[in-house]
Amino acid sequence: MLKTLFVGILLGLAAAAGALYAIPAVDQVREASIVSVAPNGGNIEAFRIDIPMDRIMIGAAGQDNPVPPGLRWPEDRLLAYTRAEMFKVRNARGSVVGVAVRNAAEGAEEVIIDWVLHLPARGSLFVNMESAPRDGGYRIGEIRAGAREFAKLHGFVTERWVENERDEEGAPLGHIELVATYVGQHEPLESDVDEIEVVDE
Amino acid sequence: MKHLIALVLGFIAGVVLFAAGMLFNPFISDRGVSPLSVTDAEVITLNFSNVPSDSIVYTNDGESLQKPNPEKVQQLWEAPIRQTSAMATVMRDGRNRPAGIGIKFSSKSESTRLLNGDAIVDSVWYLYLPEHGSLFLQQTENYWSFLREVAFPAWRSAANNWRGSWFGDLTAGPGVLGTAAASGSSGRLQGLDMEAVESMSVHAFSSDTGLVAADGRLVIEIPEFDDAAASLEP
Repeated sequence: MLKTLFVGILLGLAAAAGALYAIPAVDQVREASIVSVAPNGGNIEAFRIDIPMDRIMIGAAGQDNPVPPGLRWPEDRLLAYTRAEMFKVRNARGSVVGVAVRNAAEGAEEVIIDWVLHLPARGSLFVNMESAPRDGGYRIGEIRAGAREFAKLHGFVTERWVENERDEEGAPLGHIELVATYVGQHEPLESDVDEIEVVDE
Repeated sequence: MKHLIALVLGFIAGVVLFAAGMLFNPFISDRGVSPLSVTDAEVITLNFSNVPSDSIVYTNDGESLQKPNPEKVQQLWEAPIRQTSAMATVMRDGRNRPAGIGIKFSSKSESTRLLNGDAIVDSVWYLYLPEHGSLFLQQTENYWSFLREVAFPAWRSAANNWRGSWFGDLTAGPGVLGTAAASGSSGRLQGLDMEAVESMSVHAFSSDTGLVAADGRLVIEIPEFDDAAASLEP
């Protein structure tokens, strides 16, 4: 019987180790990416934020009806000219795929408008927008950095407010449209590297 | 029948032994001193509270240990963001004066391997510091030491809580030395690529309500002048 007990212990050890190895501790839900190829190179992906339903936070001084209710924005004058908004982000099909923050701040010398998009299954994007909108009411920004899937991508993102023209009950007032154009980082081919080495010699 | 009972008891004992072995495995140890604690370069040190009720906004799926704050904030219940939390908080400088605002998104990572002592969270920070500029920080955090030394003892205690003093670096990458990667976009940080480390000190934790008394710290290393100039080149 002692032998059986010992075999049971070994089986328990093996089963626990096997389960921990084989069963993923974390499994993020993925929505299929909707990416199209841009005419002049790169890939295009569109995101949208329905207002007001996707808004998580409006962080700004002096709000009569703060979002979310009960929010207490710091009174410090350091943040008096800052407006930080947090949203849920949807893909082109309208499914929520991530969260984002848009910060607009007026400093002594410059106006800062930054976006961070965080898509849990894929990674994150950091975009620094131009302060002034262009003709047509859209603003363009450069992808400054990325994490994971977006780490090696460059490119730009446009933001635009699109008003809802349909008169349906419960429809959003409009949506913020974000269109990202990704361009991969140039990586020299092996033959290029060989040529560079020959020149060095 | 006796053999079957012995086999089942042995199996359970084996699973328990394995769990104990994982929790007290001496081969999974802390990484020791943060690489930024011995740097000669200029650093920005930012302190913040890790307790959700002290933050401006904290939200998650609404069913996790930490409760959202304020109570009526939108919860992240949709499947693709259910394992994500979002926090907006005031960042304070070394003298405890407000230095700016920090927004952190954290998601449980699929690279978690408990067998190796990796309880990984992928997180990003957006920081706006009016005196310095704005920056983005991306990192992988490893919560294994915290789980082993704080969360597990709290769960095991009769009162479901833990009190003491625990300090640890959470940042585990993507930098080779276990540092986070930071990119500046405005102010004096514009165009700079930096390294950073996030750490946490915990004084009280409850396995029913989460962190009760805990502070976080971000240390961001500003590159030396020559390095900074080089990183500004196209």
